[in-house]
Amino acid sequence: MSLFRMQGSFIDNLPKIYGLYTGGFLVFVGLMAILEQTGVTADTIGILFVAFTIAIYALIGWLSRTMQVDAYYVAGRQVPPVFNGMATAADWMSGASFVAMAGGIYMGGHPYLAFVVGWTGGYVLVAVLMAPYLRKFGCYTVPDFIGTRYGGNLARLLAVLVLVVASFTYVTAQINATGTIAARALLIPFEVGVWFGLLGILLCSMLGGMRAVTWTQVAQYIVLIIAYLVPVFWMSNKQGFGVVPQLVYGDAVARIIELEQLHQVGVLKPPEAVAGMSALTTLHSASHDTAIAAWRFVALAACMMLGTASLPHILMRYFTTPSVRDARKSVAWSLFFIFLLYFTAPALATFTKLQVLDPNLATSIIGKAIAEVEAIEWIQKWASVGFLAIKDFNGDGILQINEFFMRGDIVVLATPEIAGLPYVISGLVAAGGMAAAMSTADGLLLAIANALSHDLYYKIIDPKAETRKRLIVARVLLIVIGAAGALVASLQLTGILGAVAWAFCFAMSGLFFPLVLGVWWKRANRAGAVAGMAIGLGVGSWYLYMVYAGGMTPWFGIDHLRFGIVGTAASLVSMVVVSLLTPAPDAETQAMVDEVRVPRGETILGSTH
Amino acid sequence: MSEGTASREVHWGRTKNLMMVHIAIWFVFSFVVHWFAPALNKISFMHFPLGYYMAAQGALVVFVVQLFIFVKQQDKIDRECGVAED
Repeated sequence: MSLFRMQGSFIDNLPKIYGLYTGGFLVFVGLMAILEQTGVTADTIGILFVAFTIAIYALIGWLSRTMQVDAYYVAGRQVPPVFNGMATAADWMSGASFVAMAGGIYMGGHPYLAFVVGWTGGYVLVAVLMAPYLRKFGCYTVPDFIGTRYGGNLARLLAVLVLVVASFTYVTAQINATGTIAARALLIPFEVGVWFGLLGILLCSMLGGMRAVTWTQVAQYIVLIIAYLVPVFWMSNKQGFGVVPQLVYGDAVARIIELEQLHQVGVLKPPEAVAGMSALTTLHSASHDTAIAAWRFVALAACMMLGTASLPHILMRYFTTPSVRDARKSVAWSLFFIFLLYFTAPALATFTKLQVLDPNLATSIIGKAIAEVEAIEWIQKWASVGFLAIKDFNGDGILQINEFFMRGDIVVLATPEIAGLPYVISGLVAAGGMAAAMSTADGLLLAIANALSHDLYYKIIDPKAETRKRLIVARVLLIVIGAAGALVASLQLTGILGAVAWAFCFAMSGLFFPLVLGVWWKRANRAGAVAGMAIGLGVGSWYLYMVYAGGMTPWFGIDHLRFGIVGTAASLVSMVVVSLLTPAPDAETQAMVDEVRVPRGETILGSTH
Repeated sequence: MSEGTASREVHWGRTKNLMMVHIAIWFVFSFVVHWFAPALNKISFMHFPLGYYMAAQGALVVFVVQLFIFVKQQDKIDRECGVAED
């Protein structure tokens, strides 16, 4: 009882606690700025930023430790909607969103914006079709819903399989990003950085499960959004575009269109490629001009949206709210907090591009003498680590647009240096990237470990296991899966973006229709769900293999990043056909579906099950 | 048929209609406007080419506003049908 009272007051005091935390963080940033002025080196400031923020997260993780099942799995179902929205936003915005998205827009132009549209629009599906109903169900994990709605261990097992395939693909990319940033900020080798990053991730999640992850994710959201917004506001004001850059960069876009003609962007192509880097050849705001290109845009957006609504680490965040109504509200707040970053990314890409292209700005490099450009500090720094390269193909000593190569990832990380902002901003951005990658990795690892410990171990292998044993198994699994993820990440098999898109496609292929139809189509039965998951995942994986490694020509331009379209179509058709060919679910199951559809009343599954 | 069942049917009917309205809006701003981006780019909105603006910001704003309205609407349906939480 005393524990409950203490928690109650903690929840009541959340705005105050996180207000103090935000103030404290800003004081820390100010302190770093003072240290920079007194001559402390950039490297030291970077180390302090990353070390200080990780120490805070670990402290929150330790304070949130628990041995109660519902606190471990669903944070005791008492997370208020606004805070759950922040936690979801951190859970959602990965290292890829933080580090790679603005760079992708910089390099890829309009077609890349399909990711921006897809990664926000998916929340409409989550709110309208999924989250409130899953909350009413009262499940601990996504396979818990599938296993109870359709019944039988096979359905549960298949849901666990899809969850593990999708989330593990995703988590290796996140541990990779954590390792990259840790290595860069702490000046340690990448292979060590990966394990260091994992240690930080486990400190946040191991002792307190969902409860600890929730409260660290809120803290991580605050760091990452400050780190993302500050440089953009700074640059916009410095360039005289105005106070709210997101609303006024239309003029900057127009200026880029002029400069693209001046520098012949898209006309000059690099005569030879540089591995891992690219020169700017895509126009900033020009859209697709063929039907197939338009189709590729909407297909990619569709994959990201349906994937969003199927990814277990996102859906499980809505199991933690106090009520069904709060679950809905929380989705709206999540999207709002995500929107703050996503509508800034194109502005960031635009301002950074202007810094590089506009001859009227002191920071520009295109059209200048190569000897002069090569003397710039940030060019030297990023060239020395293989993130950018300059090749004077025509030997005229002037840097043309097709002679400047870079990796898109550096747009966010190097922008403070490109724009000539103080180093404290670079340190802040590194801490933000770390927060983004860690928070997503935490959510994913917990989703996998919870599904294995709750659905596989407790529900299928040993239903008589006592609470203590269940929670110990959950923690051991967390460590084992984390270690496996770090091991795979240290091999660097795939790029970050490719792995992320694949994770979405796997999730939608296997889970989207079994989840949606479980609520919205009473006639959906066990055989149909089993077919939908098995055939969806199977066909999706087969298609991915064929177009990625098997040399098959993609159907209708559906390449390996969009294979979820094929998997999901197979899943829908097989689920509907098999459901209709087999008997309807029994009266008890139908009554359960009716119960899920109304907010009032007890959850389907008990508060501890 | 008891009264409770009847109001539940009304509730689910209205919930389904609301769902379809929001999915339709979602569909338009997720796919239709982007399909026609080249045509929209000929229009200038806040100094942006409109097709670019819709993908970079416009559709996102619609999604956020839409969800806050959805929360209110669904809540109203739940309360009027007597199935809202206490």
